[in-house]
Amino acid sequence: MTDTSFAYVRNEMLGEQPAPSTSKGLVGWLRQNLFSDIPNSIMTIVGILFLAWFLPPIFNFLVTHAVFPWSVDNTVEACRTEEAGACWIYVVDRFNFFIYGFYPSESYWRVNICFLLGIVTLVPLLWPDLPHKGLSAIGFFVVMPVATFFLLNGGVFGLTEVPTEKWGGLTITLIIATVGIVASLPIGIVLALGRRSHMPFVKYVCIAFIELWRAVPLITVLFMASIMLPLFLPEGTTIDKLLRALVGVSLFSAAYMAEVVRGGLQALPKGQYEAADALGLNYFKAMYLVILPQALKHVIPGIVNSFISLFKDTSLVSIVGLFDLLNTVQATTAQVEWKSPHQATTGYLFAAAMFWVFCFGMSRYSMYMERRLNTGHKE
Amino acid sequence: MAKSQEQLQQTRSATSLIYDPKFRSYAFQILLLIGLVAFGWWIFNNTVTNLQAQNKTTGFDFLGNTSGFNIGFTLMEYDRSSTYFDVFKVGILNTLLVSVIGIVLATVLGFIIGVARLSSNWIIARLATVYIEVFRNIPLLLQLFFWYFAVLKTMPSVKNSIEFVTGSVYLNNRGLYVPDPQPNDSFVWVQLAIVAVIIGGYFLNRWSVRRFEQTGQRFPFVPAFIGMLVVIPAIVWMVTGAQIALDYPVLERFNFAGGIQIPPEFVALLFGLVIYTAAFIAETVRAGILAVSDGQTEAAQSLGLKNSDRLNLVIIPQAMRVIIPPLTSQYLNLTKNSSLAVAIGYPDIVNVFMGTALNQSGKAVEVIFMTMMVYLTLSLLTSVVMNIYNARIALTER
Amino acid sequence: MKKQLVTIALGAVLGLSASAAFADTLADVQAKGYLQCGVSPSTPGFAAPDANNEWAGLDVDFCRAMAAAIFDDPKAVRFTPLTSKERFTALSSGEIDVLSRTTTWTMSRDTNLGIDFAGTMFYDGQGFMVRKDLGVASATELSGAAICIEAGTTTELNAADYFSSTGMEYNAVVFEDQDEVVKAYDDGRCDVFTTDSSALAAERLSLANPDENMILPEIISKEPLGPSVRQGDDLWFNITRWVYFALLESEELGISQANVDDMLGSDNPGVRRVLGVEGDFGTAIGLSTDWAYKIIKHVGNYNDIYERHVGASTPVGIARAGSVNDLWTRGGLMYAPPIR
Repeated sequence: MTDTSFAYVRNEMLGEQPAPSTSKGLVGWLRQNLFSDIPNSIMTIVGILFLAWFLPPIFNFLVTHAVFPWSVDNTVEACRTEEAGACWIYVVDRFNFFIYGFYPSESYWRVNICFLLGIVTLVPLLWPDLPHKGLSAIGFFVVMPVATFFLLNGGVFGLTEVPTEKWGGLTITLIIATVGIVASLPIGIVLALGRRSHMPFVKYVCIAFIELWRAVPLITVLFMASIMLPLFLPEGTTIDKLLRALVGVSLFSAAYMAEVVRGGLQALPKGQYEAADALGLNYFKAMYLVILPQALKHVIPGIVNSFISLFKDTSLVSIVGLFDLLNTVQATTAQVEWKSPHQATTGYLFAAAMFWVFCFGMSRYSMYMERRLNTGHKE
Repeated sequence: MAKSQEQLQQTRSATSLIYDPKFRSYAFQILLLIGLVAFGWWIFNNTVTNLQAQNKTTGFDFLGNTSGFNIGFTLMEYDRSSTYFDVFKVGILNTLLVSVIGIVLATVLGFIIGVARLSSNWIIARLATVYIEVFRNIPLLLQLFFWYFAVLKTMPSVKNSIEFVTGSVYLNNRGLYVPDPQPNDSFVWVQLAIVAVIIGGYFLNRWSVRRFEQTGQRFPFVPAFIGMLVVIPAIVWMVTGAQIALDYPVLERFNFAGGIQIPPEFVALLFGLVIYTAAFIAETVRAGILAVSDGQTEAAQSLGLKNSDRLNLVIIPQAMRVIIPPLTSQYLNLTKNSSLAVAIGYPDIVNVFMGTALNQSGKAVEVIFMTMMVYLTLSLLTSVVMNIYNARIALTER
Repeated sequence: MKKQLVTIALGAVLGLSASAAFADTLADVQAKGYLQCGVSPSTPGFAAPDANNEWAGLDVDFCRAMAAAIFDDPKAVRFTPLTSKERFTALSSGEIDVLSRTTTWTMSRDTNLGIDFAGTMFYDGQGFMVRKDLGVASATELSGAAICIEAGTTTELNAADYFSSTGMEYNAVVFEDQDEVVKAYDDGRCDVFTTDSSALAAERLSLANPDENMILPEIISKEPLGPSVRQGDDLWFNITRWVYFALLESEELGISQANVDDMLGSDNPGVRRVLGVEGDFGTAIGLSTDWAYKIIKHVGNYNDIYERHVGASTPVGIARAGSVNDLWTRGGLMYAPPIR
């Protein structure tokens, strides 16, 4: 059989042929993704037309006609001309104000150290492969806030005291968001556990607390904190304006955090609770050693997502008169020395870009964690 | 044996109170109750002392006092001699107005973008992704400032208004002016006819669904209903001779008078809310559609359903069950976010009541309490309605 | 609610909250080493951060004068920018020691809110600003106009009163803070911008084209703006009051920041009394004998302050000569009881 050969049977296999040009490479990709049928082609054309209409003016505004510090004419006069685009030199000029607010310029290094400290303590906490999570948690949730407070406020170790009225810009935005999350996580855990408690009174108190805060807008909470908190405290007690906002923000986000944590608690199989009981652990040990470590791991994306909304919501403190990033920008959009047609737009674009970078980065991280946790779970 | 058991019982009873879970739970709850009451009393006491020290009276009597200020945009009769309670009502109506319209528009836009994001068309899907990622990662307040302060600048002044339909619709930096329809008395019949058609449509829908379930025959409900909604009121209109007189906006010395003025604050707030919320709704919709497993699509295809039937009868009903709960919370978010109106001067409840009325009357505690109650009520109502709806679509699943 | 306590406790641990405000404000202020002063967040000429992010303005300098009198150091003062809404709560809760924030002295505020006004730093009145191309010459022609107003001020009520008493219609566009009002007016959202005429003059400069706008002659209200303190601490009230009077009295006697050291040798008994060379008036209000000298030396007299921040040579540019804010000897309303 082996040496039999037929004229009509090939001796050697035909080499692999490339796929038809219509289904591979650029053409194939175009056909598949953009022009698969008539409605699809119409949509593609509409989409391209939209981009063609939309992108060039934006590009011109942001780059071609914009006034940069390295432009030939980089004075405010250039921003005032008819065809001028974004006035970036104004952002560059006010940049320190946007970042540090009224903080005295000779002490900027203190703020910078705090930024650095925040990054240094946050990275080990977020990097899933690094061990010693407990240690990094202490670093971020205890050491960093305390160190930041003493560094910024001063008054100790020979640092001049800088009252909170002088804090501002991106600094205060980050402070409020961080304190909000640091304070709301433990409160949220307590509330979530309370809501799942078998004790009816505890349960309903927690439900009432959570639902009340979740039902009202943050702005009313902030107004309440700034106007009513002084009334609630004994006569003569005063609380710092920033602290009042922090109390409002923390309580508000604690209610949301409680719901996130509750999601994690509910997702845990009942067997885990029973196993903890079977080991004879009491409630606190069961929670601390068995339930919470697993539940919290699951809700890391949820926590990051709450942090994102909290970060965006910090912009509302401008309405109660704190100079956060948005408010510092807003305050300079009317400054006479930079008066130009696109001053406000440029300022808003800068603020938007800052917020966007932070929020988008965090949302990517949350998605990354979500994927990681999911794959870990399928096995 | 018996003795040792007795001993056991005795030792147990001696220590049991602390180890008795029931007792512990009651004790803890009572302690919590005492703690909360004490805390509440402490706050109450402090507040009363503080208010006394400030010489302030408390109570809701101020609601009957004359407010003394004007509001630029109201849905009801209001002037400076109206009471604080009227301010409260004006605020609620304005909040509801922007929330309801915002919810409808955000839902439409959100569904379109959500579906577009799943489109097989690369450009459309990318555009939708960019839209979502840009708008949901920028604070709403910043977006509102942008729409209001940056976009308002590009609008023409009153004298150079853009005229859309000659002599009737104008756009300028004071807002959009449209004719105000002034129906005469016979128009009531037309309105009644519309209501009748809607009620009839409800029963028609039930009948068509039942018939479909029993016989498999379909009834083109949507076209039929729309046809009825147009034809029947039109006939009534002609028969009764009802008329709508249009009150056109007319340019006066400073502004247009007459017609309906839609102020730019409203437009900016609506724009901001819709664009921001739509990004979140789009994600919800996408997640809902993705949650329906591929097997469902394949099953529908193997049954030989058309594309449109596959979507309408198989995918969407299942996706809706996933979408509705997060959608509800987006609706609530939109309503709550409408309170940012205060930053761009739209007279919603936070702006006119918690802002101006609080300042002029000085009744901080009462005003803040009332405002929070409004939002709490809205939130509870929405939850109730959505729960009912949720229960209904959950039933059809079987 | 239990958690509220926890959070407050947390803040207390961090030391952010300062417990203050007992009946003896002076002792309190001396103990902490600085004066806490509530000012407007941004009203050019009255209180606004200057180019170096230092607070400057008429209201600000009043607080500096108090700090000079108490500590011999005009910098021993911290400023809390307050919105219109927060200002009275901030004062009555003890968050600030003195409120110097373009606040109109009215009967209801003086009697209802548990605060006392010490005097009038600036006699103001509400006015209107319009664009010149509207061709309006008087406020009586404003019927039908859209008006930009700041929320929660007497301004809002005055406008409603004025228009209803003259039988005119208007469309109110109300914003939470002054910056937004100005911006909206500048963008053409309104025909008219109304607020205290001093602020109108100041804000006109921040418009895109100041020359295309004009302030109408009508003044529709009385707005005496002055510092206020908590009720119930008479000593502190007296200090605030007499710091204010010292600014006026020294001007009347011709003592200014420039010549105060020369004036120490003056033969005029009035001058000698003010500067503490003769007699002792400071100890009665818990201060040193030369309390007024310190004020004038560090901050100046009323005229120095006025010309520094709102006078004709400043961007705000409100001429003082012959106006209500001039001394009574020159036809104005500024009058201080003698120091003797």
